[in-house]
Amino acid sequence: MPDTLLYAIEVSLNGLMAGIMYALVALGFVLIFKASGIFNYAQGVLALFAALTLVGLQKGQIPFAHIINATLGTDLHYFGWTLPALVAIALTALVMVGLAWAIERIVLQHLVNQAPIILFMATIGLAYFLEGLGDVMWGADIKKLDVGLPQGINETIDELTFNAFGYGFFIDNLDIIAAFVAGALVLTLTLFSQYTKYGRALRAVADDHQAALSVGISLRFIWVLVWSIAGFVALVAGIMWGSKSGVQFSLSLIALKALPVLMLGGFTSIPGAIVGGLIIGMGEKLFEFFAGPLIGGATENWFAYVLALIFLVFRPQGLFGEKIIERV
Amino acid sequence: MSTEGYTTADGRKIGGVLMEMKNITLRFGGVKAITDISFDIREGEIRAIIGPNGAGKSSMLNVISGFYVPQEGEVWFRGQKRAPMRPYEVARQGIARTFQNIALFEGMTVLDNIMTGRLTLMETGLAAQSLWWGKAQREEVAHREKVEKIIDFLEIQPIRKTPVGRLPYGLKKRVELARALAAEPKLLLLDEPMAGMNVEEKEDMCRFILDVNDEFGTTIALIEHDMGVVMDLSDRVVVMDYGKKIGDGTPDEVRSNPDVIRAYLGVEHA
Repeated sequence: MPDTLLYAIEVSLNGLMAGIMYALVALGFVLIFKASGIFNYAQGVLALFAALTLVGLQKGQIPFAHIINATLGTDLHYFGWTLPALVAIALTALVMVGLAWAIERIVLQHLVNQAPIILFMATIGLAYFLEGLGDVMWGADIKKLDVGLPQGINETIDELTFNAFGYGFFIDNLDIIAAFVAGALVLTLTLFSQYTKYGRALRAVADDHQAALSVGISLRFIWVLVWSIAGFVALVAGIMWGSKSGVQFSLSLIALKALPVLMLGGFTSIPGAIVGGLIIGMGEKLFEFFAGPLIGGATENWFAYVLALIFLVFRPQGLFGEKIIERV
Repeated sequence: MSTEGYTTADGRKIGGVLMEMKNITLRFGGVKAITDISFDIREGEIRAIIGPNGAGKSSMLNVISGFYVPQEGEVWFRGQKRAPMRPYEVARQGIARTFQNIALFEGMTVLDNIMTGRLTLMETGLAAQSLWWGKAQREEVAHREKVEKIIDFLEIQPIRKTPVGRLPYGLKKRVELARALAAEPKLLLLDEPMAGMNVEEKEDMCRFILDVNDEFGTTIALIEHDMGVVMDLSDRVVVMDYGKKIGDGTPDEVRSNPDVIRAYLGVEHA
């Protein structure tokens, strides 16, 4: 096989893996958008906040240490424990549920029946509030997140491909795990929404608020539930991104990469978020590989958005979104 | 009429008071939608609220189902005064409703729509539901059986798996009735169940309403425009006009009430 083709295959595989990371964030967007029609700008920050909390809990960092030390004149930083990864993850999940509850209580409850743009603005505010809160609670330094996921080159794939083509593919173990986790997450969410009463209630609320009320569904409960699930998805995304590139505040910017993913996949489709993520991930890597050298590189910064724009023109509802038909 | 109830012309026994509206007044800003209206609904009866357009019928139904909270007056249900409630709490008390403009979950199948009617009756918690453990699964199966009975009853077997969005208007109305019935309500509220239907569909719906009342003993309160339908269906009728009650009684009593004739039927009808 020619070398270029081999490189291209390797690049697209790595692109797929990167796409799964985008998809994990996009998934959180879709969940909240489906259930409440809110475009949650804060989804990326939720992932950041979850990752920060996870690292903090795991290392036994004292939250708000900076403020405490400044006001009391102490010099406290750590509780002095190190939690096992699973315990820390479970605790963080609880924190995310608490956060969902607080968001509903403090913000959403007061904005019932407001126009979508108002809710969107609220989530922008929420995003920056959470970013600040994360900073104050856990500090702004870049943190290393290690929950024991294997990292580095997958030797088996390297060896197999080397024996077959004379060229070993570089696939990161972490990316492979992320792929499995994303798959499991989507499967679980789909089963939950199709076959449980809460899933049914969730779909009902997504479809018609008034009708949902009339069959005894509490919208507030459903919103807490859906923000909790989105918080959990954010936690998973935070773990994956954090393990890969450290927990840093630029993590919240991945939310912006999820946007073209959503335009491609459709705002209301869970499978769409995954497929959209894969297409964007693979597309931008391949484009960079082939066209990058010709036009001076750095195409990854804009390729996804241009692709999304093209999709918007020809298929505004996305690949899997519900078709927009207004009966006249 | 005594508190013990009464016997209808066709020999059905009507029970005591299930719901009582006492001096209800509802305002939107300065506009009075309902002015000082009182009436009761008795167990097992079919009670109609009629009146010309804008009489406040739908507002009254929305007060009963908790979508509107009246500024004055009391709502009594099953012998207890009801505190102001949200609609989903009213639903959990056993009051199910349909909507004039149909509020179904368009993206879900007929079966799923009707299953949502049973949400208030399902008991397993979030954890068991998520893990789909034995109890949650058994519960789902049991509820599914009840829903299948309702599907049979309303003769909608062929469309069980069809997404509701694809159904014609008349069938949607029937699915909405099925969803309300699935909740096994103590009181069933129907907001213009026959609106926009052709004659055949109206006859079907009439039959279903009577059958529901007969078969399950469900108390039904309905709003309707079509006078003929109302008189055939209901045991007692409240007549509203400009937000006030102008008549209350059996169809015959109402028909001969001069105020009602003037306001609703038109003078020349007398």
